[in-house]
Amino acid sequence: MSSPLIGVINLIGEPDALGPITSSRCLASVPFGARYRLIDFVLSGMVNSGISKVAVFTDANYRSLLDHLGSGRHWNLHLRESGLFVLPPVSPKSGDLYHFNHHCDFFLRSKEPFVAVTRGHVVCNVDFAAVLAFHEEKNADITIVCTERRDPRPYTAPAVETDETSRVVSLTVSGGQSDSRLVSMEIYVLRKSLLLELARASQEAGPARLVHDGIAPMVGEWKVYAYRHNGYTGIIDSIDHYFLHNMDLLEPDVWNELFFHPGPIFTKIKDEPPTRFQAGAEVSRSLIANGCVIEGTVENSILFRGVRVHKKAVVRNSIVMQNGEIGESAVVDCAILDKEAKVQQGRHVCGTERRPLIVGKRQII
Amino acid sequence: MLLAGGEGKRLGVLTKQLAKPALHFGGKYRIIDFALSNCAHSGIDTVGVLTQYQPFVLNRYLGIGSPWGLDRTEGGLSILPPFVGDQSGGWYKGTANAIYQNIGFIERYDPDYVLVISGDHIYKMDYTRLLEEHKRHGADVTIAVIRVDWNEAGRFGIMKTAADGRIVEFAEKPKRPTSNLASMGVYLFTWPVLREYLERDEANPASSHDFGKDVIPAMLAEGVRLYAHLFEGYWKDVGTIESLWEAHMELLVEHPPLDLNDRDWRIYSVNPVRPPHYIAPGAGVRQSLVNEGCWIEGDVERSVLAYGVRTAPGSVVRESVVMPEATIGRDVRVFRAIVGEGAVIEDGATVGRPDGGITVIGHNETVGAGEIRTGGMTA
Repeated sequence: MSSPLIGVINLIGEPDALGPITSSRCLASVPFGARYRLIDFVLSGMVNSGISKVAVFTDANYRSLLDHLGSGRHWNLHLRESGLFVLPPVSPKSGDLYHFNHHCDFFLRSKEPFVAVTRGHVVCNVDFAAVLAFHEEKNADITIVCTERRDPRPYTAPAVETDETSRVVSLTVSGGQSDSRLVSMEIYVLRKSLLLELARASQEAGPARLVHDGIAPMVGEWKVYAYRHNGYTGIIDSIDHYFLHNMDLLEPDVWNELFFHPGPIFTKIKDEPPTRFQAGAEVSRSLIANGCVIEGTVENSILFRGVRVHKKAVVRNSIVMQNGEIGESAVVDCAILDKEAKVQQGRHVCGTERRPLIVGKRQII
Repeated sequence: MLLAGGEGKRLGVLTKQLAKPALHFGGKYRIIDFALSNCAHSGIDTVGVLTQYQPFVLNRYLGIGSPWGLDRTEGGLSILPPFVGDQSGGWYKGTANAIYQNIGFIERYDPDYVLVISGDHIYKMDYTRLLEEHKRHGADVTIAVIRVDWNEAGRFGIMKTAADGRIVEFAEKPKRPTSNLASMGVYLFTWPVLREYLERDEANPASSHDFGKDVIPAMLAEGVRLYAHLFEGYWKDVGTIESLWEAHMELLVEHPPLDLNDRDWRIYSVNPVRPPHYIAPGAGVRQSLVNEGCWIEGDVERSVLAYGVRTAPGSVVRESVVMPEATIGRDVRVFRAIVGEGAVIEDGATVGRPDGGITVIGHNETVGAGEIRTGGMTA
């Protein structure tokens, strides 16, 4: 059964707020949750909802993203007629609507009447079919998928205020002040024809950006509705939120829900062996991917694939990305180690919970 | 040509509804992954997998061979079940007959050499070295052999060789072995020679159509150039409950003889979609292998846990193999056991003993709350 939705993962002008972690990759491609990249969550949600045509509009720094997505087969998107389309930027202009217009053939060739435009940096497991059902029931022009904010610190995503019928009465784009607890998960469902209209208008000095210039000014005039997503949501737009939402995965309820319901989260396969716990291993409250070899202590931490924790080493409250290595008797506390970082024997790498220390990709301490 | 039709009778309930090559191994793999990964790393791009016994899980698992890089437009992986033809066909009567019935498949590719291997063994081997030696010797047949303990030699096909490696004597499961070089079930044949002998073997009504029992002895008797290739590495036939359990325990030593973490020789498999595993506060995991999707709240030592295994608080798992999606309840004790896929061990139950034989719990079997199950299969 094919969905009447096209999925669009819009990476144009994504927030660039993860410092060294996004210096070598785009935000959607940032490793998250021990074996995923941020884009996996929304992409899996689309696939699990029956969407069989997904376009990824890339912006800059997308080498690692292309490597990750490949032909789309790990998400079951290597299909005869539809599947995954990566659409790179075609002009130096910054607004996403320009790029949608440039690639309008992609939309025009599709039979699907609706589009779900999303970002690549929202950790969630959304049932897009339920969103579309809501959209049609409300006879809405635009449906915004929203969540109650998890963190009092500001998110870059727009704040949303609604009336009692879930109709959006204000959409405060980044920088603006709002007391609303509801934030946009940057998932917008609309008719393909409306999106193409906005995209075409961008050519003639019309709106350049879908949300800022296209949707926000029309709230009140158009029927814009908010769909509340009650499942776990993490908007990864800062180091603080990256750390916070990773650590949330150590809560049993989050693990059991986010990775399974309504469907599983797919990612690229690496053929790593099961993780090996050696004689001296002491591990507690941790999330561990395959291919690790653990001889030391690991607490409250997230270990990506192929991490080595040597004898008497201690890893606490930290995130260690793929192939990281913690030397004998070294201590890592409240830190984020990017891929292939190495902490040599006896070294201490310690940040604080509020300010985790970041060790860059391939850096050696 | 990968022989994957084995019943694995001595594995009891574990292979009742499953071909032996499809049995789970090492927390993540199925036994056949090792032979297929060897093919992939040896650059073999055309593989026929001969199936017969309980093929459904195996067929589904193999698919079009993508996990092993064998989804190709030319060659690739072909599943070769028994079939009936105009004049011939029917069930595979033996290993040699299975290849005989697929002569047509082999001829399609017009090969110089044919490698016959089995999907029943755990090992990592570069078959290109076997081929190099085969060519250097100008051999018709090269059989990979491994040195075994003298007191075990009687369980294998035993080869006696001359100084240059030429096989001078071959005995299938000899009572008084004259050598400790055992066949690994890896045969490299020069194709025209094999073809001729397969046809002659087929015409012989007295033959059981088996490589070890019939074809190799016939070749040896007629002066065919048979050589042994000594393999120095880990090789295990996991044909019994004990050897299956033992092979798992051998993965758990500090420097295992079979290195699964070797990045240059990854063992490819179908990776199930599961999140990283979670180790809860108060849990313990030592000297163990744990795969994705596990949820560990109990204590685990010297054990192998496949994907999606859950262990509850207060549970103890020791020297055991737990297959995918099995559930271990609260305060359960599991000692020296193999717990089948999807099995449920309810709260307070005990499976196995800290000493003595290996206890087996079948796939999808339930051990009731408080129940004690020991010595299920073997003494």
